[in-house]
Amino acid sequence: MNESILKELKIKAARIRRGAIMGVSSAGSGHPGGSLSIADILAVLYFHEMKTDIHNPKDESRDRLVLSKGHAAPAYYAALAERGYFNVAELEKLRQIDSMLQGHPDMVKIRGVDMSTGSLGQGLSAANGMALVLKRKKKDSHVFCILGDGEMQEGQIWEAIMTSAHYKLDNLTVFVDKNSLQIDGVVSEIMNNTPYEAKFEAFGWNTITIDGNDITQIIDGINLAKKVKGKPTVIICETIKGKGVSYMENQVGWHGAAPNKEQAKVALSEIDAIIKALEVE
Amino acid sequence: MMSLSTREAYGIAIESLGDKYDFWVMDADLSKATMTHLFGEKFPDRFVNMGISESDLMTTAAGIASCGQMVFASTFAIFAAGRAFEQIRNSIAYTGLNVKIAATHGGVLIGEDGGSHQCIEDISLMRTLPNMTVIAPCDEASTFSAVEAAVKVSGPVYLRFGRFPAENVYTEGHVPFVVGKGNVIEDGDDVVIFAIGDMVSNAIKAAGMLAADGLSAAVIDMHTIKPIDKELILEYAFKTGAVVTAEDHNIIGGLGSAVAEVLAENPHAVLRRLGVKDTFGRSGKRKDLEEYFGLTSKDIYEKCRDAIASKNPNK
Repeated sequence: MNESILKELKIKAARIRRGAIMGVSSAGSGHPGGSLSIADILAVLYFHEMKTDIHNPKDESRDRLVLSKGHAAPAYYAALAERGYFNVAELEKLRQIDSMLQGHPDMVKIRGVDMSTGSLGQGLSAANGMALVLKRKKKDSHVFCILGDGEMQEGQIWEAIMTSAHYKLDNLTVFVDKNSLQIDGVVSEIMNNTPYEAKFEAFGWNTITIDGNDITQIIDGINLAKKVKGKPTVIICETIKGKGVSYMENQVGWHGAAPNKEQAKVALSEIDAIIKALEVE
Repeated sequence: MMSLSTREAYGIAIESLGDKYDFWVMDADLSKATMTHLFGEKFPDRFVNMGISESDLMTTAAGIASCGQMVFASTFAIFAAGRAFEQIRNSIAYTGLNVKIAATHGGVLIGEDGGSHQCIEDISLMRTLPNMTVIAPCDEASTFSAVEAAVKVSGPVYLRFGRFPAENVYTEGHVPFVVGKGNVIEDGDDVVIFAIGDMVSNAIKAAGMLAADGLSAAVIDMHTIKPIDKELILEYAFKTGAVVTAEDHNIIGGLGSAVAEVLAENPHAVLRRLGVKDTFGRSGKRKDLEEYFGLTSKDIYEKCRDAIASKNPNK
């Protein structure tokens, strides 16, 4: 792994976190915890992995992302803005009446969003539909999907897991953001759905487990996934909910609460310190 | 004369239109009942069987459509509009994606499977969704036209089909079919009957019974429930002063409610609605069900007599 690329991606991940905090703080509502946990995955996808064209966001040959855990929209929007789909200043209009940045991703309103999501459990089905069409039409595009671990309690996810394997969707890579917390508490205490690896494997998937907040492991995981033919791959990402903001890390209360102005200031200064440290490295 | 059931006509229609238009067809383990197996055998590369998983069916269809590929998602009405309602809402209607939902076995007139399978809520559920067009053809010929018309609508369409052979309403092979415009089957001055599905042929028979009484009834095939043909409703409400609706659907929320909404804002006529009276279905033979639930031509005739008798004499 080229050190300068790695550094650049770490900075991108931090900038995604910065944008997410800005958005949620301006809106006074939203979901910071699960946004921060997937910032590293989004940085790798949008700045290293995915074939996208910001000037032609609907380009048929693009790779696609379905953010099934649509409540992580603040990080998603920050990644899209950072990538250049729209102005970063737009992030401060998150959830406002005149903003395209809806509380959950809306493909009709937002440039770069491949599928509207937010109602948990539906994203993998949509990603399967995309992968199925692209595969049958022999298009060289890859579909990515990010699921939440709490979200995997939805029955439709398991229907979709069957479908991906049945149709041998090897042009699909799924990330499970295993941050182990959901609104009401710890996932294993609310409704235990682990182990994921054994379940996915039993359903006919290839599985990889990584530290989902480690850029190098994310890149390596995707490279491994893409080598596997004849079956879809899931990358189980062990992550920290609220990653990058000390007082939010592993705190269930930050699932769906916005920081006040003071708290946001602290969060942004922590993130900025990370960016600064990376820049002088 | 009997025609094929509208579900059979659907299966044949998509098979025959498959050469002319670029669409995919999906099913959820009911392809022999929805007749989509005909398409699947002819165009295997454009057919997807999802197994028994209707929620997954609908959102996968949305994913397919998001790549620019029109798709028909087929299953029974209760599993489409019922089980997968929220998937249809969020993945298909909210996104406005080009998915046609082909729902067979609508209404109570589907026979012995009983209340669990007799969908009497689908029109109500589907017409409340923004972006959704709702169509219910009445016979074989109009089904062919409805399916082709749905292909030409850019965006989500809910198509409702019945199970058993329908009576021919249209004698021509091709029916004039404009989405959002009702078809006047018979003209009349004393009462107008807006009907869908199997109730259109019953309405024609009811009109015959009224004619024997010296009364003239207009019969309109209101194949599109959304967008509703407001102009036609008002024209005939004004002309006749008495409106009757007839549908194999709960009396709450369907065609009758759609017509009532128009008339409530422009009260030109008395209204009588015929449908399933807010009760669940039950097992039985088609003919027995029709009588049990009050959906016969005689029931429509009586509703018309009541409407005419209740008319404002100044109209």
